[in-house]
Amino acid sequence: MKHKARIALTAIGLLGLSLAAQAQNGERYITLASTTSTEQSGLFGHLLPVFAEATGIQVRVVAVGTGQAFEIARRGDADSLLVHDTAGEKTFVAEGYGTERADVMYNDFVIIGPDGDPASITEAESVTEALRRIAEAEAPFASRGDDSGTHRAELRLWEAAGVEPGGAWYRELGSGMGPTLNTAAAMDAYVMSDRATWVAFDNRQSLALLFEGDEALFNQYGSILIDPERHPHLKHDLAVQWHQWLLSEQGQQAIADFTVNGEPLFFPNANAPYYGLTPQTAPAAPRAHCSGSAAPRIRRGGPRRSAGSPAPRGRGAGRGAR
Amino acid sequence: MPADANAFQTALALILGMDPVLLGIVALSLQVSLSAVLIAALLALPLGAALALWRFPGRGAVIVALNALMGLPPVVAGLTVYLLLSRAGPLGQFGLLFTPTAMVIAQVILILPIIAALTRQQIEELHGEYREQLRSLGVSRPRMIPTLLWDARFSLLTVVLAGFGRASAEVGAVMIVGGNIDGVTRVMTTAIVLETSKGNLPLALGLGLVLLGLVLLVNAAAYLVGETARRRLG
Amino acid sequence: MNDMPKCFVTEVPALVFDEVSFTHRGQRLLGPLDLRLEGCRRTLVMGPNGAGKSLLMRLAHGLLTSSSGRLRWEGPTPRQAMVFQRPVMLKRSALANLTYALAVNDTPRSRRRLLAREALERFGLAALEKRPARVLSGGEQQRLALARAWLTRPEVLFLDEPTSALDPAAIKAVEDAVLEFHAAGTRIVMSSHDLHQARRLADDVVLLNAGRLIEHTDAATFFTAPSSREARAFIRGELVL
Repeated sequence: MKHKARIALTAIGLLGLSLAAQAQNGERYITLASTTSTEQSGLFGHLLPVFAEATGIQVRVVAVGTGQAFEIARRGDADSLLVHDTAGEKTFVAEGYGTERADVMYNDFVIIGPDGDPASITEAESVTEALRRIAEAEAPFASRGDDSGTHRAELRLWEAAGVEPGGAWYRELGSGMGPTLNTAAAMDAYVMSDRATWVAFDNRQSLALLFEGDEALFNQYGSILIDPERHPHLKHDLAVQWHQWLLSEQGQQAIADFTVNGEPLFFPNANAPYYGLTPQTAPAAPRAHCSGSAAPRIRRGGPRRSAGSPAPRGRGAGRGAR
Repeated sequence: MPADANAFQTALALILGMDPVLLGIVALSLQVSLSAVLIAALLALPLGAALALWRFPGRGAVIVALNALMGLPPVVAGLTVYLLLSRAGPLGQFGLLFTPTAMVIAQVILILPIIAALTRQQIEELHGEYREQLRSLGVSRPRMIPTLLWDARFSLLTVVLAGFGRASAEVGAVMIVGGNIDGVTRVMTTAIVLETSKGNLPLALGLGLVLLGLVLLVNAAAYLVGETARRRLG
Repeated sequence: MNDMPKCFVTEVPALVFDEVSFTHRGQRLLGPLDLRLEGCRRTLVMGPNGAGKSLLMRLAHGLLTSSSGRLRWEGPTPRQAMVFQRPVMLKRSALANLTYALAVNDTPRSRRRLLAREALERFGLAALEKRPARVLSGGEQQRLALARAWLTRPEVLFLDEPTSALDPAAIKAVEDAVLEFHAAGTRIVMSSHDLHQARRLADDVVLLNAGRLIEHTDAATFFTAPSSREARAFIRGELVL
């Protein structure tokens, strides 16, 4: 029996070693917390090899809902953050978890629904009117309900439309974009989706794109540098390379080059970075501007030209109070 | 990866195509689940046997708790391990989060109660049969553990296979602690979830069939080993 | 009358039951019992079913503790072995069952197979060495149990109705084995409900009935002129619980 025990232990030891070796085989890598919509669109499959070739750094993407991505970053489990919730991102930096936030790219949301369009939203003039029509018709609407960037944007639009969504027709699913689309297809429901996921989505059944183009559907993606003082173990210098590459001409061009069925899904719009100024939505408070950069705040609106120059590293004079 | 309209065709195409990404995912799935089962068995078999042999105050409560933990939801196990291994958590300094090691840890926690509870049941029955003879021979209680475990080896093999089945089938734990990172912590079950959420249902189902086939192979191998041994030793 | 055996140089200590009783769930199943077992003899414990023979054996061997009274050896506790009515074998080969017993007794690994084979030979089981112990016949398993007991060199051998499930040929083989043990100097304490077996084997007889000790006399007296009424009934085959 002793012999057998020894063999078993050796086998386990070897297995354990091989697993450990896999995890740290000496390669340079960072962990990036990002959203399911970004991953599922296929953007990273296109972007990361280009980055790896330029810098030799692997990017390991953990794709979760935006709320969970923020939590991962707050806990120091990710080296970098790429999400699409500008207000949340600014709060993240203002609270001191991040040192820098910058616009990277944008796409837009679209309203999807059954091709019969029972609420007649194709005739609506604005997205808020479209949502009002859905609410009045009490047509089934599938919401992600998962505190993601998309979900937060959806709720803001309902608020702007003056509707408090609820009742049997409004179904909060608590799931990612893909599963929500699956369920909407099965329920013949309206759903708000980011364009990228919709274009790549394969199970449309009778769903069709019914409303698009309103400025309010603009969806901005931002990259955040995590504060190295709060989490010293993070690979800050590698994360900085990633962040700056995204904002660089090469990175921005790579984003623009990514297409699905001939259509680009994301539009690069890097601008000067955000250094932790008080968020726009907060009550008036004293603000300091970082030296040398104009117009750091994000405006909703049309496409922006890529900035070209990487964001200056280092901190401005006006860091938000922790 | 190719995707046909029919799930069976997709599964076949996947297997025959020997796509390197798929092979990597399959290899990792087996590595993680087999490691977890081995480690859990190493810990749980003696634990279950000890629980069968010793009486102590509160023993009944421990048995009930262990039986209940057989139904531990994988996502709860995953969340607990995540909070422990996160940098903000007590074991953060090891940097184990989002690695296959974390996935093994989570799965060990998941299947340890299953193996321990079922082992306790088997060994308790066997102990009832052997107790007097072993005591007469002068076998001490600690010495009885390997003896009884070895004598129960055929039913314990089934117990261990039950643990393996649970490990290779679950997705909640490995998703949270592994992060489903492409090329690093993506296993069969998390890949299926990903393809499903992309609406790629035939591919997802095809992957599911491949996973089933894998588990079937492992069980068939174990059955053959068991039968050969049984025939040789009665 | 049986031949006097060779005993161990230092005699096996006597086993004394001092007002021993055994109670289970409020019911007294055995005792109070006063009994003294000594010398190098073959003691047969007899009585109808349910008389408490098995309990007595288990108390004597130390598998059970008495509920009251004192059970003690008059001297250092000797090496003992027990053979049960149904043999309990591990799921291994016959040889492996014997080497297991040797391993438990800390016999050096290199000697185990040799000693085990010798024991198999002595009890006529050499051909069955590699056979899984559990597929052996009842008689073969019982002889294997005796071989296993032999390997521990017991000073006292307890046997609890070892032949009640066996056919006549197997019974003879087991009885011969018991005589071998005795010839080597082991005290035998054996329970049986078979009168003929008792006549063949006993040096002295302990008669139990309904948990009480009826009589403890040497065999010759017991079978010809027992003192108690129950003993007389028992010999005639008429004793009922």
